[in-house]
Amino acid sequence: MSPPARRDSLEKLEKLIAALKAKGIITEEELAERQAQTDRASPETGARMVARAWLDPEWRALLLRDGTAAAEAMGVSMAGAPPLGVLEDTPQRHHLIVCTLCSCYPRAVLGYPPHWYKSFAYRSRAVRDPRGVLAEWGTVLPEGMEIRVVDSTADYRWMVLPMRPPGTEGWSEDQLAAIVTRDVLVGVALPQVPAAAAA
Amino acid sequence: MSDTDRTPATHDMGGATRFRCTPVERDEEPPDAFGKRVDALRQLLAQKKLMTVDELRRGIESIPEEEYLALTYYERWLRSITTLMLEKGVVSAEELR
Repeated sequence: MSPPARRDSLEKLEKLIAALKAKGIITEEELAERQAQTDRASPETGARMVARAWLDPEWRALLLRDGTAAAEAMGVSMAGAPPLGVLEDTPQRHHLIVCTLCSCYPRAVLGYPPHWYKSFAYRSRAVRDPRGVLAEWGTVLPEGMEIRVVDSTADYRWMVLPMRPPGTEGWSEDQLAAIVTRDVLVGVALPQVPAAAAA
Repeated sequence: MSDTDRTPATHDMGGATRFRCTPVERDEEPPDAFGKRVDALRQLLAQKKLMTVDELRRGIESIPEEEYLALTYYERWLRSITTLMLEKGVVSAEELR
């Protein structure tokens, strides 16, 4: 768990907000609207982009060529957001995304970054020992598979296009999107096919 | 001393050995109310052209190491945003007392 905000910090925030309001710079309504918009962004968007790429070669080509355009085509506003790049996993190469300097993350299509993504441990270890970090979380890559760690930055954000797992033949876009979790889109996990569905 | 021997800045954590044996704690909680409010405030001030992401970063990255490591994520943001608003004269120190 991340520790709760200190009382001192809560007070400092409210004092700053009060001063900005008193000067007519911001209003409570604007602040609430920004927060509501941010709350609406979710990894379901990224998951749907991946599911479509598994079904539609033209969409896949667009996604890999211009992630920003693909997100816009999903109805996501990318105005003011840095470009989105999409990294294609192959049988030879897995991708893992980190922001070593802070927390850069494709928020428009994945929502808020999780706390662990911003943690000192993840930021430092994802580049030093990516296989170790994945293994601790239960993902062991096949022997011989290369892992490429990519740094998301303030100027360019990344997400992963994983390989479609076997056992998903004939699945609908909704079914496919359901196995593309936030962790899969960051590269810390692989899409899992439920045993019942694969049988 | 070659360029590669230098000690990286605190925020430059890629490969930092001090966390080599620290497990990545799997915290899936969304930001708390404080975090979401700081986050929304930053976006709003950016939208009003009062600050940029690069300025936010400069403010965070200049926090002294001891405090950088002790503050929570959104506390670091708040520190940077507040410093920027003071530097730019958008608010005064008196108004924040």
